[in-house]
Amino acid sequence: MADFEIKDLRASVEGKQILKGVTLAINKGEVHAVMGPNGSGKSTLSHTLMGHPGYTVDGGEVIFKGQNVLALEVDERARLGMFLALQYPVVVPGISMTNFLRTALNAKRGYDGKDKSKQISPKEFRSMLKGELEVLHMDDSFLPRYINDGFSGGEKKRAEILQMAMLKPEIAILDETDSGLDIDSIKFVAEAVNRMRGPELGVLIITHYTRILEFIKPDFVHVLVDGKFVLSGGPEIANRLEKTGYAEWGEADEPKEVA
Amino acid sequence: MATVPKVDVGTDYKEKYGFSVPEDYIFKAKRGLNPEIVKEISWMKKEPEWMLNFRLKSLEIFRKKPMPNWGADLSVIDFENIFYYLKASDKQSTSWEDLPPDIKKTYDRLGVPEAERKFLAGVSAQYESEVVYHSLHEDLSKKGVIFTDTDSALRDHPELFKEYFGTVIPPADNKFSALNSAVWSGGSFIYVPKGVRVDIPLQAYFRINAENMGQFERTLIICDEGSFVHYIEGCTAPIYTTDSLHSAVVEIIVKKNARCRYTTIQNWSTNVFNLVTKRALAYGDATMEWVDGNLGSQITMKYPSVYLMEPGAKGDVLSVAFAGKGQHQDAGGKMIHVAPNTTSTITSKSISKGGGRTSYRGHIKMYPGANNSKSFVKCDALLLDDESRSDTYPYNDVDAENVTLGHEATVSKVSDEQLFYLMSRGITRSEAETMIVNGFIEPFTKELPLEYAVELNRLIQLEMEGSVG
Repeated sequence: MADFEIKDLRASVEGKQILKGVTLAINKGEVHAVMGPNGSGKSTLSHTLMGHPGYTVDGGEVIFKGQNVLALEVDERARLGMFLALQYPVVVPGISMTNFLRTALNAKRGYDGKDKSKQISPKEFRSMLKGELEVLHMDDSFLPRYINDGFSGGEKKRAEILQMAMLKPEIAILDETDSGLDIDSIKFVAEAVNRMRGPELGVLIITHYTRILEFIKPDFVHVLVDGKFVLSGGPEIANRLEKTGYAEWGEADEPKEVA
Repeated sequence: MATVPKVDVGTDYKEKYGFSVPEDYIFKAKRGLNPEIVKEISWMKKEPEWMLNFRLKSLEIFRKKPMPNWGADLSVIDFENIFYYLKASDKQSTSWEDLPPDIKKTYDRLGVPEAERKFLAGVSAQYESEVVYHSLHEDLSKKGVIFTDTDSALRDHPELFKEYFGTVIPPADNKFSALNSAVWSGGSFIYVPKGVRVDIPLQAYFRINAENMGQFERTLIICDEGSFVHYIEGCTAPIYTTDSLHSAVVEIIVKKNARCRYTTIQNWSTNVFNLVTKRALAYGDATMEWVDGNLGSQITMKYPSVYLMEPGAKGDVLSVAFAGKGQHQDAGGKMIHVAPNTTSTITSKSISKGGGRTSYRGHIKMYPGANNSKSFVKCDALLLDDESRSDTYPYNDVDAENVTLGHEATVSKVSDEQLFYLMSRGITRSEAETMIVNGFIEPFTKELPLEYAVELNRLIQLEMEGSVG
């Protein structure tokens, strides 16, 4: 039994079936890439795994730490050890990134505003934050700013990665983290993820393009077409896609970003 | 799975603010309103005759004026069932230790003495009708700053008092200013001499304890030329099944180059009708700022206003209203541009939850000759569910030339995307909602001294978590 098992997952959006039976087993220490053309269901997969209310589960299960996470609330999934880096991180005015990070960390520790012993101390929080920023080679200039408010595309993705580093998930889903980023930002994100790679973390990278996979070498690659995996294997699949695209499944979409 | 214990805000308000202590009063006037009660109040206070006549005339005006037929529904107020004057202690103290034990206990539970020690330059505590405690830092009184209760000011500073009292808000201004003028008691009197800056805030704490109590404090603030003061008021009351009435009048004069900031954190229990008239006159290059936070109460009608009397005067209203189940917050602001080159802004933020109703009601008037003036109004409403309601009633009268008048209004809901994002980091739904609301009112909160900002965020959290009681 793998650490994180997706079994025959089927899901729909506004009554339209998008995922038509996805099965995938991820172990901690592994990096899986899911690739697919536009409309194949990549975003539906990431959002359904995390429990976004706009996506309806029609069948299947997702087993993590002995629980079917599909029955859990979004926040419960997160506290269990799941993390989703969003393609489009959301703006929340009036709340600083620092406050957000601290609140999220406290939530993860089970602090509910009552039992102060579970609360992270200001000193501990500061030193942890400083440490992660150093490891990620990030400056702290965006921390006093409101959540994602006025952030550039690159800043948003950096902020997502910082949240991941602070919350230390066991299963991280990176949803099109590379889209819209310049090559320097892609390298930065990739290096950060590579640093976090290890026996305690399983990663699911969802991407349209092969480029990020030049920097984060996946152990497994799965091709998603029309809501189903049509091909699974090792990193060589990414190379094959780079050459032939999604054409063999009747998709004209190119897996390479046009420079 | 971690579970979040539910906080029942009804219980919590009761514990923290909503308690009451036994009535062991020096004097309690009979219920109801008539000339005899008014005479009795004036007699108890040993007032000069002109004040008694002022009160009796105001009572007549109150009788003649019809109830406002706009705004919130006030028809349920029974003026004959209210106690208009309650005196709980026979003297005013300058030490908390000297207060009657029940009253001292009340303020201890509310944390007022602690706040005074930590971050206030002066404190006034009004219990029912009278101010029972008073203090002011010695260096401020040496500089000539007067901070006292309004009754004492009438006695101790009669000339200053008579020069300004009732000049900003005459009794005939509206039905409730007339009522206040007839039965007023307590409130703060502040005079800041020329060029004196009071850098640490002064605070007044208004407490209603008895059932069916009417509290009618009267506040008068005079900022002489080039001075500055920040005055903060807080208000709470016990939870009763029948109604209480709070109807204050606040008059402020901000002279040339002076600045006054008046901050309110009102947290009345939901059986209180809160009908307050607040108005300031701002002279040349003076600045008046109303920072007005309205939580609690059953109905609030309050529109702090600034009359911009001379060129360069500036007026700001920054307000927040939170209406839960059974509450109607009808709030806003008025800016009256009398002189040219005057500027004003009104920023109103409202939150409605559980069927609560908020209304923004504002008036911008630019008289002929108030040329080259500017005004900007921004109202943002946040609805937390489908049963709640928010309305906007902006009134603009512009008779001046070359003016700029802007109005922006938004109504929004807590978005699924924001909730999902915060929850995907492990934050519970209720905490995520509270964060979004606190973020929404952050432009207001950031204007408060830190201790009050923390307290306001906590109050919002209680309102959000409980089934508002």
